[in-house]
Amino acid sequence: MREYLVEVIIQNKEMAKDPEGETIERDLIHRGGYDSIRAVRSGKYLRMLVKADGPERAREIVVKMCNELRLFNPVVHSCSVKVRASGRKGGD
Amino acid sequence: MRIAVLNFPGSNCELDTIYVLRRLLNLDAELVWHEAFDRSGYDAAILPGGFSYGDYLRAGTIAAHSPAMKHVRAMADEGKPVIGICNGFQMLTEAGLLPGALLRNEGLSFVCRWVSLRVESNRSALTWLLPKGAIIRLPIAHAEGRYVNERRAIRELWRNGQVILTYVDELGNPTPDANPNGSMDNIAGICNERGNVVGLMPHPERGAEGVLSPFGSEDGLMLFESLLYFMNGGDRICGAG
Repeated sequence: MREYLVEVIIQNKEMAKDPEGETIERDLIHRGGYDSIRAVRSGKYLRMLVKADGPERAREIVVKMCNELRLFNPVVHSCSVKVRASGRKGGD
Repeated sequence: MRIAVLNFPGSNCELDTIYVLRRLLNLDAELVWHEAFDRSGYDAAILPGGFSYGDYLRAGTIAAHSPAMKHVRAMADEGKPVIGICNGFQMLTEAGLLPGALLRNEGLSFVCRWVSLRVESNRSALTWLLPKGAIIRLPIAHAEGRYVNERRAIRELWRNGQVILTYVDELGNPTPDANPNGSMDNIAGICNERGNVVGLMPHPERGAEGVLSPFGSEDGLMLFESLLYFMNGGDRICGAG
C-alpha cells in the first residue's frame, strides 16, 4: 500500500460573502498596486498523507471523510479534494 | 427538573450559566464534562459559550463530534430543550441540529457589546414567555456570528416562526447599522420546528442581573424563565390572566 499527498481546500460558496477575501483584495492587493488581480476568495487549506491502493482510492477516502465528518458545511462551503503527489511507499 | 450544562475544552460561559440557573432561578443545574455526559436523568441540556477546541477548523465543528452530541441529539429528538448559546449555537448548526451556518463576522473583528433584539417568535423554549415584538437587551461577544443560509431556507424559517430574535435599533427596526455581524435578515437566534432546540448568539446568562447591565435590565432572566415554563409543560403565564 502506498501513501498519497492529498490536499483539501474549503471555501465559501458564492452566496456567502467572504469579507476576508474582499479585505485582502482591497486593502492589500489593490493598495499594493496589483490592479489586474480580482475576485480574491479566502479559504482553508488542509494537507494530509493517505494510505491507499491508488490515487483514485486515496481521493475517495478523503471525500468520504470530508462529507462524513463535515470538514466543510455544505450549506455555505464548497470543498475540493486533489491528490497532489503520486504514491510513495507507506511506513509499514 | 435537572438541567445539564455541558463543559467542553475551551468553554468559558458555563459557570455564568450555572450561576443564573442555580442562584437566580433555584434550579437543579449541573456542570457535566462533555465526555461524561449521559442524558438519562436530565430534562434539558445547555451548550454554553466559549471557544471549544480553540475554534479549530470552524467554531463548534469539533465539539459537534463529541460523544456528548449523541445524547444531545437524542434529547432533541425526545422534545427536550437543547439550548446553544454563542459557541453552543455554532455547535448546533455544525451538528445539523439547527439549519444554516455561522460565519466570520462581516467586519472581521470580534464584536463585544450590548445589542437590542426584537422577539420575532415565542414558539421557542427560550422565548416562550415573551410577547412577540418585545425589545430586549443582551450582550454579544463573538467573531463568528454571521448567520448565513440559503434564501429559500430563511424564508421557510420565517414562515414557521423559527426566527426567534433579530438585531434591531432602539426603535425596533432591523437596520444594517443595528446588525453587528452581517447576519442575513439580522438573525440573532433561531429554533427548530418543535421549538425545543434553540440557538442564539447573544448571551442571556450575562444579561440576567441588573447589576451587570448598563441599562439595569434583567432581560436574560426572562429567557431562562421561559425555559423553565417550557419544561413544565408550556403553561404561559402571560396573556389573558
